[in-house]
Amino acid sequence: MGHDQKYVDKKYEVVGERFNRPDGIDKVTGKARYGADASAPGQLVGRVLRSPHAHAQILKINTAKAEKLPGVKSVVTFEDMPDLTGGDQGLADILENCMARGRALYDGHAVAAVAAVDEQTAAQALKLIDVKYKKLPHVTDVDEAMLESAPVIHDRIITRGVEPAPTKPSNISARTQMGYGDVDAGFAEADVIIEKTYKTEQTHQGYIEPHACLASVNPDGSAELWVTTQGHFVFRNVCASLLGLDIAKLKVTSSEIGGGFGGKTHVWGEPVALALSRKANRPVKLVMGRDEVFRGTGPTSSTSIDVKMGAKKDGTITAAVAELRYQGGAFPGNWAMLACMTAFACYDIKNNKSIGWDVVVNRPKVAAYRAPSAPMAAFAVESTIDVLAKAIGMKPIDVRLKNVAREGTIAPYGPTYGPIGIEHTLKAVKDHPHMRAKLKKNQGRGVACGFWFNIGGQTCTDLNIGVDGTVNLTLGTVDVGGSRSSMAMIAAEELGIPYEQVRANIADTTSLGHNDMTEGSRGTFSSGMATVFAARDAIGVLKERAAKMWGVPVDDVVWENGQAVATGEGHGNLPPLSLKEIAAKSGRTGGPIAGHNEVVADGAGMGFASHICDVEVDPETGRSTIVRYTVVQDAGKAINPDYVEGQFQGGATQGIGWALNEEYIYGDDGRLQNPGFLDYRIPVCSDLPFIDTKILEVPNPLHPYGVRGVGETSIVPPLAAVGNAIANAAGVRMTHAPMSPPRVLAAIDERDNAG
Amino acid sequence: MSNATLVSTTVNGDPVQFACPTDESLMTALRNRVGLTGVKEGCGTGDCGACSVTLDGSLVCSCLVLGVEAEGREVTTVEGLSEGGELHVLQQKFIDHAALQCGICTPGFLVAAKSLLDRNPNPDETEIRYALAGNLCRCTGYDKIVHAVQAAAKEIRGKDKRSKKRR
Repeated sequence: MGHDQKYVDKKYEVVGERFNRPDGIDKVTGKARYGADASAPGQLVGRVLRSPHAHAQILKINTAKAEKLPGVKSVVTFEDMPDLTGGDQGLADILENCMARGRALYDGHAVAAVAAVDEQTAAQALKLIDVKYKKLPHVTDVDEAMLESAPVIHDRIITRGVEPAPTKPSNISARTQMGYGDVDAGFAEADVIIEKTYKTEQTHQGYIEPHACLASVNPDGSAELWVTTQGHFVFRNVCASLLGLDIAKLKVTSSEIGGGFGGKTHVWGEPVALALSRKANRPVKLVMGRDEVFRGTGPTSSTSIDVKMGAKKDGTITAAVAELRYQGGAFPGNWAMLACMTAFACYDIKNNKSIGWDVVVNRPKVAAYRAPSAPMAAFAVESTIDVLAKAIGMKPIDVRLKNVAREGTIAPYGPTYGPIGIEHTLKAVKDHPHMRAKLKKNQGRGVACGFWFNIGGQTCTDLNIGVDGTVNLTLGTVDVGGSRSSMAMIAAEELGIPYEQVRANIADTTSLGHNDMTEGSRGTFSSGMATVFAARDAIGVLKERAAKMWGVPVDDVVWENGQAVATGEGHGNLPPLSLKEIAAKSGRTGGPIAGHNEVVADGAGMGFASHICDVEVDPETGRSTIVRYTVVQDAGKAINPDYVEGQFQGGATQGIGWALNEEYIYGDDGRLQNPGFLDYRIPVCSDLPFIDTKILEVPNPLHPYGVRGVGETSIVPPLAAVGNAIANAAGVRMTHAPMSPPRVLAAIDERDNAG
Repeated sequence: MSNATLVSTTVNGDPVQFACPTDESLMTALRNRVGLTGVKEGCGTGDCGACSVTLDGSLVCSCLVLGVEAEGREVTTVEGLSEGGELHVLQQKFIDHAALQCGICTPGFLVAAKSLLDRNPNPDETEIRYALAGNLCRCTGYDKIVHAVQAAAKEIRGKDKRSKKRR
């Protein structure tokens, strides 16, 4: 049934309030079950053996001793996971990433796996697997991997996007170019030109819950998978493809998820667990250790970025060029292409060009991390804007406002912007009391902007009304942060009933049609839209039933404030029928009352933000402390402001960690040196002040409530907001993130020695 | 199971017995032997606090304690926080203040926050932040968590004042 997704301004009864989430009690009592919290009778413990080498040929894997160990029920290698991908290189890369096929491509790459009766036996079995490696030259740095002298990781990679195509393979999988105008002419017009190079180190999404699943395969090809995931339908499709199972026979249940941020949108252990279970004919529980999460899942790219920007004395940016080199780990990815889309997206620059280089290195296969590729590009561009502002003697916020993108601006990657909120956020920042707060010694303030384009995608939702008038809302998008409360609120709003009468649940894959992942900030936008339409569908049925109960034509029935009202001549004396009353009689008026919706939610609104950061830099240690932080972001419409604020604060905090401390440290041997939370230092409670938030609402014209996704944009500005603040606090322009104490101290010393 | 040892202990006020290998952590024993999956493994090396429990009243990372060390001692987990049919004030405030998003760190935070308030019923913001610095959260940025603890502390002090007055 077609439904109109256009925004309609209205007064809300439920939406916009701060209701408590329905799953809160389970989560504060320990009842909620996450990936590692399920068990099955007869289950085995699965463990994975991982390569200790950055790059090595696997000459032989001898599993005989492991298989003979009492208590070991199956051992798998790539030979137990035949290539059924039929020439789909993307799927083949996933398969090879889950289990090495003759070559270990990074430190931590899975090479074999065991399933045994208990933890101790499984650990012992791993030790008994004898792998003969022949070490190969490795490369882990993105710039080094692009050199002619670099060891080539995949013979099949010939750079796409280069004319004429190269004749030799390299580690450069693709070149992308975006933008418009004439940058040479633009630079010629400029009074000031700034050129700088930046580097950002690799970070991990850092979710506190490691990957975990419980897989159970039957000899007839039916199977069940309990898994912590951002998208159980996609996991079902991928696992079915890789293992040769029928989609409908693989039932995937999404556990509660303990954080994802993009890092649980891919499979790693799941196909392996299914393979182990299939071979052993018993359920297999496979849980990653924390070091395995760092070494063997999907961190974000490390990058190297050149930015050149020119401006007139009045602040107009006449030309901007970015060259962005992103590593995708051991398999080709599109990360630099994404960076090209976002680099200059906040601004209206007549002549702009972004060139992206996607590069492979001997590191884990990169996965999405919250607004993937945008934070690094923003670090480079937003830092350069501050340098540019200083050079022309204008306030950085005014340079931003002078060049801000508006409705009608053409984005660097092609589309024309509809109504967008970047100017609103900058104006709100300019007016914010934070900008006038007094700074103390060694403190400085920085501002930066960010953008994420958000997505829509496939969504399928059911709404079922119980005979007592309470409502089950069945969703297929995983709830990563409390969105099921927002969905229940939307259903309640549409039906005109109290929030407490609706219960939202996330169903397994056998209960609904396909739903895309919770990623791209699409959860509330897409599931919200599908919920609106499913509710309107149900309202159609409720009106029909009321008409039947009254014996009047259905066209004479309207739905208002949770009731069917009879309009038209002669019906004025019919008292309205509440949803409860209609539901109570449903068994006799036609059966269960439900609404359903499938939609490819289109028209996801873009999310823009501006952040203000005050930092204090200790000149003796180089340590930066965040003393005040404000997030201003356009949410389109905040369904539940508590959870919108939560996204702002959480994203900002990840960005702050990225800006100040977090990095993957690789040794010369190509091994990850810090695969644990002690040495991969994410922000802790004592690192931060309260994070102020301001929600702006510039309605998205393509959503019934104006919703824009909010989950990702807030991680984009912090790197530059912190960098700009450090520049103002300590007088040093940092171009290498994280801006950790040793780096800041080195910059301070260099500046002092330069005199 | 090698080196299986029978452990007799008290968990959340109840007598509990389980058998575990001598090299198994209390975290694993609580999760797999006693069935209390509210204790979460985030890292297994004492860096994240998701496995926080109290042992004879002291806050510990249960991944750094051996299961056999629980012999004859008192363990409390998040499952022991609420009494009767009612949530503990901290639990209620966490919900009311949206102090959880994915919720995986929440059990550890609740145990740590209760441990703080038992020691210091009137902590200032800095004291709260440092007391909770051993618990990692990746979702919230800690803002609403600190607000929830402040609100809980205030309500507990209010209740104590009122109950003291009645005497």
